Amino acid sequence: MLEPALDTFPKLALRNAQRLPTKVAIREKDLGIWQSYTWSQYVEQARLIALGLAALGFARGDKTAVVGDNRPQLYWAMLATQALGGVPVPLYQDSVEKEMQYIVDHAEARFAVVEDQEQVDKLLHVREQYPGLEYIIYDDPRGLRHYQDPCLLSLEELRERGRKFAQDNPGYFDAEVAKGGADDLAVICYTSGTTGQPKGTMLSHRNLIETARSAVERERLGASEEVMAYLPMAWIGDHMFSFGQSMVAGFAISCPESAGTVLADLKEIGPTYFFAPPRIWENILTSVMIRVDDASWIKRRMVHFFLDVARRVERARLTHRPASLRDRLLYPLGWLIVYGPLRDNLGMGHIRVAYTAGEAIGPELFEFYRSLGINVKQLYGMTESSALICIQQDGDVKLDTVGPPLPGVEVRIGESGEVLYRSPGVFQGYYKNPEATRETIEDGWVHSGDAGFFDGDGHLKIIDRARDVGRLSDGTIFAPKYLENKLKFSPYVKEAVCVGHGRDFVGALINIDLASVGNWAERRGLAYTSYTDLAQKPEVYELIRQEVVRVNRSLLPDEALRGAQIRRFLLLHKELDPDDQEITRTRKVRRGFIAQKYAPLIEALHGDGDHVNVEAQVTYEDGRTATVRAGVRLCDAETFSWAGAGASG
Amino acid sequence: MRSAATPGPPTPLLQVDGISVRFGAVQALDRVSLEIRRGEIVAIIGPNGAGKTTLLNVISGFYHPAEGQIRFEGRDRTHLRPYDVAALGVARTFQNVALFKGMSVLDNIMTGRLLKMRGSFLLEALYWGPAMKQELEHRAFVEQIIDFLEIEAIRKTPAGRLPYGLQKRVELARALAAEPKLLLLDEPMAGMNVEEKEDMCRFILGVNDEFGTTIALIEHDMSVVMDISDRVVALDYGRKIADGRPDDVRDDRAVIDAYLGVAHA
Repeated sequence: MLEPALDTFPKLALRNAQRLPTKVAIREKDLGIWQSYTWSQYVEQARLIALGLAALGFARGDKTAVVGDNRPQLYWAMLATQALGGVPVPLYQDSVEKEMQYIVDHAEARFAVVEDQEQVDKLLHVREQYPGLEYIIYDDPRGLRHYQDPCLLSLEELRERGRKFAQDNPGYFDAEVAKGGADDLAVICYTSGTTGQPKGTMLSHRNLIETARSAVERERLGASEEVMAYLPMAWIGDHMFSFGQSMVAGFAISCPESAGTVLADLKEIGPTYFFAPPRIWENILTSVMIRVDDASWIKRRMVHFFLDVARRVERARLTHRPASLRDRLLYPLGWLIVYGPLRDNLGMGHIRVAYTAGEAIGPELFEFYRSLGINVKQLYGMTESSALICIQQDGDVKLDTVGPPLPGVEVRIGESGEVLYRSPGVFQGYYKNPEATRETIEDGWVHSGDAGFFDGDGHLKIIDRARDVGRLSDGTIFAPKYLENKLKFSPYVKEAVCVGHGRDFVGALINIDLASVGNWAERRGLAYTSYTDLAQKPEVYELIRQEVVRVNRSLLPDEALRGAQIRRFLLLHKELDPDDQEITRTRKVRRGFIAQKYAPLIEALHGDGDHVNVEAQVTYEDGRTATVRAGVRLCDAETFSWAGAGASG
Repeated sequence: MRSAATPGPPTPLLQVDGISVRFGAVQALDRVSLEIRRGEIVAIIGPNGAGKTTLLNVISGFYHPAEGQIRFEGRDRTHLRPYDVAALGVARTFQNVALFKGMSVLDNIMTGRLLKMRGSFLLEALYWGPAMKQELEHRAFVEQIIDFLEIEAIRKTPAGRLPYGLQKRVELARALAAEPKLLLLDEPMAGMNVEEKEDMCRFILGVNDEFGTTIALIEHDMSVVMDISDRVVALDYGRKIADGRPDDVRDDRAVIDAYLGVAHA
């Protein structure tokens, strides 16, 4: 239970400012130098912004849209909004106008605090359709000098107004903070669902604080942790780690300079506590592997040799078997010349706890990091549960589970195999959508939409989205995501979609990774003009075919899944893109949409031809569309049977 | 077309008056005169060999004209050397990227500050006292340019390892580091794809807008010229054949003939 003095985030922030006034709370790399703000500065900034908003007529219950990259100013704006009894609504900064329009309108936001001109431009357009948006407040004034719109206000002007307001209304801020309670809404997070319009998930201070606290206690997080705040602020994960847990535990978060500098900034900060969805872990691995491939022959051989040693040791550790004596002797040597330097180079030398979540992670990927001695654990949760449901415990980590439920969280498996949960973190409902709320919460139990089961040790194991698990026409179980993750472990594969439900065999649509395949092609002197051209090179097909065969072979030991190997694949002529609604902003594949859009390709995959012509609509960032025409090849891959492990088909 | 430039003070920033340049028998520039006013973006266009780069080289002091006069901020400086021209506040980029390939992007841009650096060699070497303070100030300035041109992520990358479009951007950054009054860009968008061109246009307009820098650029892509310039000067066979607002120059008979070709009897 929450004591009333600490039952909202503004109250927690005030406590931090009192208890840890000189401790760094948030950092931002600006003009190449890390700028730090202490907890007392954090609160002071939020106070000025809150008073400025109050001067503009902010009333309790008002919503503030928050849009931009992770910036201290935007975190302050969220706290400021909460302090006045309002609700921040963080938006994905790369949303196109139409998506922003929907959310700002649906949330009835009166205020928006944004990062820069890019977001101002979008919101000015939103405002033409939805005049209820009264003020747009921006942080970075660049390029905005000539803007005349009276609804525009710089953060500096807002703070100035706040100072004046404070003179006339002393004690206003503290009084407003005191009015807040645990069951007030703390945030509305719009989820980029894989189907339909986004839904506004309402979370109360109690939801977030209790969930944050139980994770902080379980993982023994203290004020000395270092965390990178680099994932979209609109995502519940960032909200929980960079805002919720930071407030509860008092640790510092660091905002990278720009999206492109995250890896370099990571190295400078050296986080102790790190969170990344599988695609980021993949990106990091891909960038490492590209550099390894570019290294001299001897270094390359050495890295691969020791990474193999580490992988064998880690695999033995995960299956509770002893590693071979040779590997045990080699591992410390590898630590000295490969693993240690590699960890430092990745900025992961200080990591005590790291998580992956958001999607199932490929086992090879997971093993890779763990084998370097980085304590990556799996975590399971969703926006509706205040981010956290299950976390693996230190020393009890498995490849394919998400660990036991957190204290206070109850999980059971429904009759259809769906995971249901009940916890203090369960959301208050979808904003202005009671129907969807009723469908999701039943007698306090939330339908997760995921299929899963508990293993013998009480770990929850998630197989796939409940509705995505299918069967081939002969009845073999087919879990598409499981195959896709295996494919995506290859540095050359960026995205994959497997299709097989109700069909004779599994076919895969694959996106090559332009960076690594491009690099591979350059090293071989293979000329190409565009993504489409590169993807259709016979040499590239052969490269990817080997990856598919590797996946097929790795399915063999698993009795339940070995029947669903990939028999045919094709390389897509364009990258799956959230702007084209093929994947969500968090890069989850929208299967239904893809099945429709790429129906001719999917039919061809399951047909006989070796070639198919396609036309595709492409949406550019400014909303224009164009049509791309291309010929796409189809390619067979060997599948294996258990008995002889020989090729067939 | 951009909105018309605000009228500047009466003296133009740069006056080129009847200059001619000859390379042997080739008349590269033939009595060319033009003015560049403060705060404007002037595009210099013309077919290959029209004398555009020569004109830029004359302005920046690489060549000296056989006849004619160049006045910068009202003062004659027809015969200055490139170093002195740069010190007056003229910076340029080159048609073929000319960066120090082995040096980091940051160091490359810092070289643009060399003219602004004072102090003794010894103090610099020891990185001590005023030299340190000065270095920090210059670095802070350079960081603003890095932020402005959005190249944070490549700050420490050796310039030679960058793709061409980014190298062009780094070259622009180095030119800006000199805080020029007049910025000369020789084909800033050559060899770029559409997206890179759009970025470059955005940066050029931004430089003009934020820093008030006067810009003269050579460009072949007419849509770019139309979009960003306040005024267009057209050259052909070393002679100026048009000078005016972008729309007027585009519709000018002589310019159309120069590009499409007419029979030279």
